[in-house]
Amino acid sequence: MSVVLITIVTLAGLGAIAAVILFLASKKFQVFEDPRIDEVEEALPAANCGGCGFPGCRAFAEALVKADDISSMNCPVGGADTMTAVAGILGKEAGDAKPQVAVLRCNGSCEHRPRLNNYQGAMSCAVAAALYGGETGCSYGCLGCGDCVAACKFDAMYMDEETGLPVIIEENCVACGACVEACPKDIIELRNIGPKSRRIFVSCVNKDKGAVAKKSCEVACIGCGKCEKECKFDAITIKDNLAYIDYDKCKLCRKCAPVCPTNSIHELNFPPRKPKVEKTEPEKEPVA
Amino acid sequence: MLKTFSLGGVHPAENKRSANSPIEVLPVPPVVSIPLAQHIGAPAQALVKKGDEVKVGQVIAQSAGFVSANIHSPVSGKVAKVDQVVDASGYRKAAIIINTEGDEWVEDIDRSAILVKEITASPEAIVKKIGEAGIVGLGGATFPAHVKLSPPPGKTCDVLIINGVECEPYLTSDHRLMLEKGEELLVGIRLLMTALNVKEAIIGIENNKPDAIAHMEKLASEYEGIRVQPLKVQYPQGGEKQLIDACMGRQVPSGKLPIEVGAVVHNVGTAYAVYEAVQKNKPLIERIVTVTGLSLARPANFLTRIGTPISALIEAAGGLPDDTGKIIGGGPMMGKALTSTEIPVTKGTSGVLLMPQPLASRKPVDPCIRCAKCVSVCPMGLSPYLLMPLAERAIWDRAEEENVMDCIECGSCSFTCPSSRPLLDYIRLGKAKVGQIMRSRTAKA
Repeated sequence: MSVVLITIVTLAGLGAIAAVILFLASKKFQVFEDPRIDEVEEALPAANCGGCGFPGCRAFAEALVKADDISSMNCPVGGADTMTAVAGILGKEAGDAKPQVAVLRCNGSCEHRPRLNNYQGAMSCAVAAALYGGETGCSYGCLGCGDCVAACKFDAMYMDEETGLPVIIEENCVACGACVEACPKDIIELRNIGPKSRRIFVSCVNKDKGAVAKKSCEVACIGCGKCEKECKFDAITIKDNLAYIDYDKCKLCRKCAPVCPTNSIHELNFPPRKPKVEKTEPEKEPVA
Repeated sequence: MLKTFSLGGVHPAENKRSANSPIEVLPVPPVVSIPLAQHIGAPAQALVKKGDEVKVGQVIAQSAGFVSANIHSPVSGKVAKVDQVVDASGYRKAAIIINTEGDEWVEDIDRSAILVKEITASPEAIVKKIGEAGIVGLGGATFPAHVKLSPPPGKTCDVLIINGVECEPYLTSDHRLMLEKGEELLVGIRLLMTALNVKEAIIGIENNKPDAIAHMEKLASEYEGIRVQPLKVQYPQGGEKQLIDACMGRQVPSGKLPIEVGAVVHNVGTAYAVYEAVQKNKPLIERIVTVTGLSLARPANFLTRIGTPISALIEAAGGLPDDTGKIIGGGPMMGKALTSTEIPVTKGTSGVLLMPQPLASRKPVDPCIRCAKCVSVCPMGLSPYLLMPLAERAIWDRAEEENVMDCIECGSCSFTCPSSRPLLDYIRLGKAKVGQIMRSRTAKA
């Protein structure tokens, strides 16, 4: 009987001592974590894509809680709804970041851009870009090895075998920017989705002089400046022989696209144009 | 037993078809285009504009920094334009295009063939002259030569190594140079020795050039301190660090320059250019280019003006064979496929190689079978099988730990891989990225 008693007393004693040590240690080494971090993380989409610029949703939640002003921070996946919810939890002001989507600024398909040599190296755009200008005369355009497709975690991209160019599936794209990062040629751009998903952009990044650009690709922007003159809203600028449409200034009037001599201005999700007497209709199939 | 480097290496088929073709002078082309970035470092700044008259040897582009080089006009005539042309890098880059008219040289260049043996210039004057003459490493690396001759403070050099190895298969320009311009070459070596203030120079030559070894040994016996070191045939012996190991048994530590072990390495072509610059006042306006290939009618070695389109060289060597699958600037191991025959010869063009189609194509890539052949052939003791997936998966910190920056891009790993994996393709990418990361880290610190 005494053996049992001694055992119980000893163990209970040890337990009590351990409890005291653990209690003191937990007091001493306690790390305070803002409970709002968990709450904010809960509100985030848990995509862990890195589109916000932080390594995962948890890190973004921590940054959001820590920051005094969160108006410049945005979760591209969740968009305005998520950010409003987060702002509600934290009692801060949410920014007015517009939802974006990736667009491909190259239309140099096999048909438009003749191939001058064959690339046989490793199937990676990064490797090919470090090696040379690419299989065609245009050293700015898509290399077609699919680094962007490999980088996309949302099944929002695939390579079109026929054109040799990647295709962005608008519905799946969350504008995390992984493809933008992966593209060594900086062809993919995040642009505002726009009202009714309507967008106009120059689908070319070639900075060569007009004649050189046109020779290597028939749909290249030649920097002629016609669109710049046509635009009433100063949304179009020409720099380094290349036109760029500022999506914040663009009013989507569609006047620029028909004047482009090389059809390098793309319009997406617009209703078909009413046939006019003289102006030719841009028959370009939207790529992005 | 012949000496060689201690680690790795391969022995590809030599195919030195043009070894017995004497150096021929290629006619001056009607139009030359001279890229402003022909060397490692900052591209030179153009000094001429459209319509300017230039003479042979006139400076047309100025060195833009310490690591940069002057560029001189290789022809006389009128500047047509300063424009973008596709060069060996595969990108459009700034170049000066000159329409040739006659062949009028700058007056103070000594064009006679008389050998000037006596060295009158001081070490400082020699280095200055080399810098002015726009001389870069002619083995192919195109590192400005005057930089290598200005050791950083606190470092001293005791041996000059002259690279006559020419370990790249097919190429023979250095071989022919040693046979035909041996006397001048030795004066060039003396000049480099004076500039560096060293008493000893070793000319490393691989054993597949017995005639060059015998010839250079005979000539070198007249000079004190210069000796020829015959070497076993092993690629990449022409690599700076491998050559120092082979000739002297010294190993350059990881991430360090040869000066760390008291050595400076220059190519035979560079030594010859130094002779011409210092003794003859002739800047670097031409170089010897091997034009070769298995199906080429007349493989040859041409003394070519810089800026000549390679199409002119191919034409002179019997025309482009029908079965050509790839045109390579340089040798088959480290050379680079060219995208056009209009690409001009630059200071670094050691050869033009025409690969027949079956040989030119890459084999289909198979999975890695963990045979570790790439590890055993790597002359830098790296693990290419590991570096490739690290670069593929963008694990840059680990790639840095695995010393990716030590890679000399010799291509022995890709050459030996039984699964034809693009090892070097990815390792190059890894080097570029890790280098970028390391530079931004030093910039921050």
